[in-house]
Amino acid sequence: MRELVRQAWTVAQKDLLLELRTRTAIVSAVVFTALVLTVFNFGRDPTAVATIDLAPTILWVTFTFAAMLTLNRAFQLELENQALEGLLVSPLSRTSLYWGKLIANLLFVAVVEAVGLPLFVLFFNVPVSHVLVPLVGVIALATLGFVAVGTLFSALVIRTRFAELLLVVILLPFLLPPLIGAVQATARLLDGRPLSESVGYLKLLAAYDITFVSLATLLFRYTVDE
Amino acid sequence: MSLVHKGRAITLVGLALLAVDYVRALAFTPIERLQGPAQKIFYLHVPAAIWTEAAMVLVGLAGIGYLFLRDPRLDRFAAASAEVGTVFAAIVLTTGPIWGKPIWGTWWTWDARLTSTLFLFFLYVGYLLLRGAVVDPGLRARYAAVLGICGMFLVPFIHMSVYLFRTLHPQPIILKPSAPSLPGSMLATWLFSLGVFSLLYIGFVTQRYALSLDPTVESERTAGHA
Repeated sequence: MRELVRQAWTVAQKDLLLELRTRTAIVSAVVFTALVLTVFNFGRDPTAVATIDLAPTILWVTFTFAAMLTLNRAFQLELENQALEGLLVSPLSRTSLYWGKLIANLLFVAVVEAVGLPLFVLFFNVPVSHVLVPLVGVIALATLGFVAVGTLFSALVIRTRFAELLLVVILLPFLLPPLIGAVQATARLLDGRPLSESVGYLKLLAAYDITFVSLATLLFRYTVDE
Repeated sequence: MSLVHKGRAITLVGLALLAVDYVRALAFTPIERLQGPAQKIFYLHVPAAIWTEAAMVLVGLAGIGYLFLRDPRLDRFAAASAEVGTVFAAIVLTTGPIWGKPIWGTWWTWDARLTSTLFLFFLYVGYLLLRGAVVDPGLRARYAAVLGICGMFLVPFIHMSVYLFRTLHPQPIILKPSAPSLPGSMLATWLFSLGVFSLLYIGFVTQRYALSLDPTVESERTAGHA
């Protein structure tokens, strides 16, 4: 187990180092997040719809779209110079490879969310300071689930044509349960209602995370082995 | 008798019984007091919905089987089941609005149950698109198995979302923990419908399976994809 985690961290470090050297994907994703938030501002009538009613939707649509953009990167970059083959012949377990990619993706999406949340508060004037801790918890819970599925699927589509488009098409139906749970829990939190009202949704998110992280860990090797 | 003829025979019997089922439902089953004749669609809608979900579960089980046994027959069955499931999902999504218009006064509403069925339909479409996008048969079978298994695990989450929301959709009246709450004559007609739909599912899947064995058809398919 410790060995698995150590190997996974090595893979994640490699991805993060690559990203730190180029910064293309992360900067694009952050700019994309800012742009989507700006577009949302023009896509609503502030006199007709109160911001607070629309806030959870704005937040989660932005996060999921930005996350889907970054997910493609994980295995796409391994296609160059047959880097994926190199990883597969190295003494690295498939589980570690998947966890490594998952950790890197989670950190990526976390950076995007860490920039997106303050921007969201700034642009839409939604006070979150009083619910910051539970809100971050909900975001973390939902993000883990859909990034786990997304990481698995991004490995599925790399060898297909129209990989970017196909990933979105097969991933979106899987985003429905975490998105529903996250939007509903966020709406209740921003409304100033206690966390105990969202227990059903939090359970849904937790069950989703447990199911799909385990499932993706088990299934990952079938997506990369020859 | 070849497989395709067997499939055709089962389908023909199923279609003939479907006509009998219509007659029984329309002429020999009492009209529901509150909904009037619109309720008759229940005998088509619910069995189709059950088979939509069941077909996805069977795709997933076939996927698990395939990953263990590497038997191409299981993959062919999964492909057949997914295509038939797509058709059944389309039946559910067509009959639903026909009932919704007179009863709810609207063709479509973003109700949890409607949305989740729509997403199940998208899941099927994504599965079929993934199959279409991978040229190599072995790789296609493996990728499809992974997505199919994930899809199978998504079905309970989609199903659960119904219980978390206040929904406009009628709550289950047959498949629920307590005893079915409808008159015996209606239950009998419904069970008959379920039998007919099961027969149709078997008939369609057998035909589609036989089609995938036909070398001329398969080569056309792959040629089209290349």
